[in-house]
Amino acid sequence: MTTELFTGAEMVVKSLSALKVKYIFGYPGGSVLDIYDAIFQQDEIEHILVRHEQAATHMADGYTRATGEVGVVLATSGPGATNCVTGIATAYYDSIPMVVLAGQVASTLIGNDAFQETDIVGCTRPIIKHSFNCRTLADIPDAIAKAFYLANTGRPGPVVIELPKDILLPDNKEPFTIDTEIKMRSYNPNIKGHPKQIRKAAQTIADAKKLVVYSGGGIVLSDASELLTELVETLQAPITNTLMGLGGISGTHKQFIGMLGMHGSLEANKTMANADVILALGARFDDRVTNNVEKFCPNATIIHVDIDPTSISKTINAHVPVVGLVDVVIQQLLDELKQIEYTPDEQALSQWWQQINLWRNVKSFSYQQEENGKIKPQRVVEAMYKITNGEAYVCSDVGQHQMFAAQHYPFAKPRQWINSGGLGTMGFGLPAAMGVKLAFPDKHVICITGDGSIQMNIQELSTCSQYSLPVVIVTLNNRSLGMVRQWQDMVYGGRHSSSYMESLPDFIKIAEAYGHVGIQIDTLDELDEKLTQAFNIKDRLVFVDVMVDEKEHVYPMQIRTGAVDEMWLKKGVKA
Amino acid sequence: MRRILAILMENEPGSLSRIVGLFSQRAYNIESLTVAPTDDTSLSRMTIATKGDDKVLEQIVKQVNKLIDVIKITDITDRKHIERELLLVKVSAMNDKSRTEVKRITDIFRGNIIDIGKQVYTVQLTGNADKLNAFIDALQNETEIIESARSGCVGMARGDKALRL
Repeated sequence: MTTELFTGAEMVVKSLSALKVKYIFGYPGGSVLDIYDAIFQQDEIEHILVRHEQAATHMADGYTRATGEVGVVLATSGPGATNCVTGIATAYYDSIPMVVLAGQVASTLIGNDAFQETDIVGCTRPIIKHSFNCRTLADIPDAIAKAFYLANTGRPGPVVIELPKDILLPDNKEPFTIDTEIKMRSYNPNIKGHPKQIRKAAQTIADAKKLVVYSGGGIVLSDASELLTELVETLQAPITNTLMGLGGISGTHKQFIGMLGMHGSLEANKTMANADVILALGARFDDRVTNNVEKFCPNATIIHVDIDPTSISKTINAHVPVVGLVDVVIQQLLDELKQIEYTPDEQALSQWWQQINLWRNVKSFSYQQEENGKIKPQRVVEAMYKITNGEAYVCSDVGQHQMFAAQHYPFAKPRQWINSGGLGTMGFGLPAAMGVKLAFPDKHVICITGDGSIQMNIQELSTCSQYSLPVVIVTLNNRSLGMVRQWQDMVYGGRHSSSYMESLPDFIKIAEAYGHVGIQIDTLDELDEKLTQAFNIKDRLVFVDVMVDEKEHVYPMQIRTGAVDEMWLKKGVKA
Repeated sequence: MRRILAILMENEPGSLSRIVGLFSQRAYNIESLTVAPTDDTSLSRMTIATKGDDKVLEQIVKQVNKLIDVIKITDITDRKHIERELLLVKVSAMNDKSRTEVKRITDIFRGNIIDIGKQVYTVQLTGNADKLNAFIDALQNETEIIESARSGCVGMARGDKALRL
């Protein structure tokens, strides 16, 4: 019997099959033509052809955020690979597992400034979890199996694999084996929290009079939402979520006090500032949360649970650090609390909640919608919430609309809210929504965006036609780069330098040109009806262009260089 | 404060660039860096001399440890350790006086003259950074330094403590 032999290109596809990959998001080019030929000759994996490689990375990313499965991107060498850089960085900053297969010129040409050569491993080095340079056929299955393992364990993140053309060619064949049981002597992420630290954490919680739980994207990534809810209900304490952590606990849970940080709720930020113990779960004290670190919660004892030791005591010193997977650690904490027969201090708790409810009563997310006035962007988000019953996947771009969505669409479940939190990538929303729609064709998938962001990947309307991806795009059109304009209003004396979008296209015509449905909404009285109409169209992409009040600012807003709870409630009004 | 970090890592292409990249990306200081394969050629041993306060050092150690290629990192500064650096220095030896002085200083510092030219001596010296600095100062007082090359320090804990798999 002769052993069957395979080309490198076939090995790429066979390796992905062995890892149960369903989709590859990509764009062909010279150095990866052999892989495309191998994809053509099989039917286990479907290739989704985007219109720009950046969109392939965001689409894979959106798919992953919604499903938890590792997204796969394929791009050619040179410009194909460099176009992926923003998407790789986006995934990196939000700890999203992703495997990017990048073509490379033949090994003999590497370093010669060959046509479409870039050192993509070098280009992406600061924004990846790891990368592999394949140099032989045997490297291919090994690198791909390791890439998946690395991308999806520990703190997840993107992994890049460079594939030179000469190891993919048809004249070079070898036997194929892949070992998907990976062990690496240099990589052993800590899973369980150290028992001593768990005991210390539980005791600190038990001694707390004013406890707050502050949870982040780690809860979503590790599917720890049920455990988190159990913990929070055991503690009866208030819980706040970071932008990345929304949906980690239901947005309508009575102990949920809203998002914290720059545009978080007053009650969330006040509760943080006045807490005596902060239990941080899978969150990293980002500067958009802390405001001035020097003034950040000086009186609180901080318990910080994170899978990544570098996140602990990086910006804010942790008194009780716990390194481990957040779902495992929460279970350990629950067990330990049971062990020490924990019951909340009812009296302290009741006083704490009395205080929090006073902050809640300020209703810091409120806004004024005049009957005959321009449509307020917040009002549009509220309408979407009602129409979709709060059950839609909401994929956001970056800017004011992102904050309005985070504030006014309470997410019932994790993975429902998909946005570029860490990197803040405009152009993320539409391709991410496409990835979600691909995974969940029967669910409402919204791309909430602005007239600036949507134009950063608008070419993907074409991909939506090709693969029939009927997402609902809702553009909060304020004829401006709203968040830039807001800062210019607040900090730069109202000088709107380059934040006014002149020559905006007719979005309805653009949508129609790609074969989609366009709906224009100009006045408040037509908002609910036309939005409902948009969501009732299930089989076609609908592009809703809503003219909103361009003067609306996102409030509340932390005051620069202030403490976490120093906020503007509205123009000129401090909390 | 000056710190010496010893790192054991996979001897693979790109490993060094990841470490160097990390230091530049996060604006950490590198005073010196040396790297070479160990007795087990699948491993590389690196010594980095760096500066920073405790908070920065804690981050450096954690960030380096986070790199997938890195197996172990240890800060050897605070415990008993051996630290060595190699210096090669080419000095002017134009006349009897300078030749005698260079020979005398080299003997005092227990260095070796390892090459001679018509008008130059090349001296080798090992020791810690302080000793090498003192030697260079002493030479400069007596003659002209034409060229010098330092290896950067390598270090190891004293006693039974070992950085190994």
